Amino acid sequence: MELKLVEQLLEKYFQGETTIAEEKQLKAYFSSNDVAPHLARYHALFGYFETQKVKQFEQKLPLQHRKQRTVKWIGIVASFVVLFGLASFYFYSYEPKYEDLGTYNSPEDAFAATQKALLMVSEQVNIGMESVVYLEEYEKTKKTIFKSKK
Amino acid sequence: MNQNEFIQLITPFKDKLFRLAKRMLVSKEEAEDATQEVLVRLWNKNSSLEQYNSLEALAITMTKNYCLDQLKSKRASNLQIVHNNYQDRQASVETQIEHQNTLQWIEKLVNNLPEQQRLIVQLREIEEYEFSKIAQVLEMNETAVRVALSRARKTLREQIEKVHNYGTQVS
Repeated sequence: MELKLVEQLLEKYFQGETTIAEEKQLKAYFSSNDVAPHLARYHALFGYFETQKVKQFEQKLPLQHRKQRTVKWIGIVASFVVLFGLASFYFYSYEPKYEDLGTYNSPEDAFAATQKALLMVSEQVNIGMESVVYLEEYEKTKKTIFKSKK
Repeated sequence: MNQNEFIQLITPFKDKLFRLAKRMLVSKEEAEDATQEVLVRLWNKNSSLEQYNSLEALAITMTKNYCLDQLKSKRASNLQIVHNNYQDRQASVETQIEHQNTLQWIEKLVNNLPEQQRLIVQLREIEEYEFSKIAQVLEMNETAVRVALSRARKTLREQIEKVHNYGTQVS
């Protein structure tokens, strides 16, 4: 290539006006052995661009990612379902039940029914108390011991 | 689309994605991560891929956005220090020339350009994209691409001249 042409192309190149074809010409010129001495300093620039074309991506691609992601989501969703299940179970089981148990019309009946219910409760309590009667024995013995000590 | 079809689709341009990511993020490992991430995202889009007329353009745009995000979050975190260290090493440009590492030196010049210029330099000088395509993938207009490219090339020229004329000119 003529030196004059190279210089022209180079000027255009720095203005950003060269086409791909012209840039290829320049690169070819600078990779040849007879570069004019006053242009030799650009040799490295074009040489560098040429060396950069060969770099390759050699990593393997983990394309199964997509599957793993759904598995992960299933886990998250499942744990939420369990969490909500438990939460709603506790929530509803503690809620007091407002059932209609019926009512008495006359105060006498109501009084009798209440008395009956309380009686039942106290009977149950007395059953429990019977087993505590032993304690009385213990109490007695304790008293005698402490008295004798005195 | 199954895996094999997908891999066939991305093979023509996956190296370009990597090189672009490498240009932006500098570190090889980070560039690999970025490329992987972008390709996996593409794979996850799988079913909607047919609606794009150029998969390559889409992938380049995604890589660009991903890298810019990475750089932004890097700047926000303490990695700033790393970046400073990196720049500090540039100071001894002359020493590097003495060591004949001209290509490395050029690489540092290129990597010191502003992000957008770096993207454009990569796509134009190395991948040899037409201006219209660069404009498309970078979501800019063509004139802006030309201007930025010209600016980047002139910056490179200035720096090369500065070193070339070092000690020969009294300014």
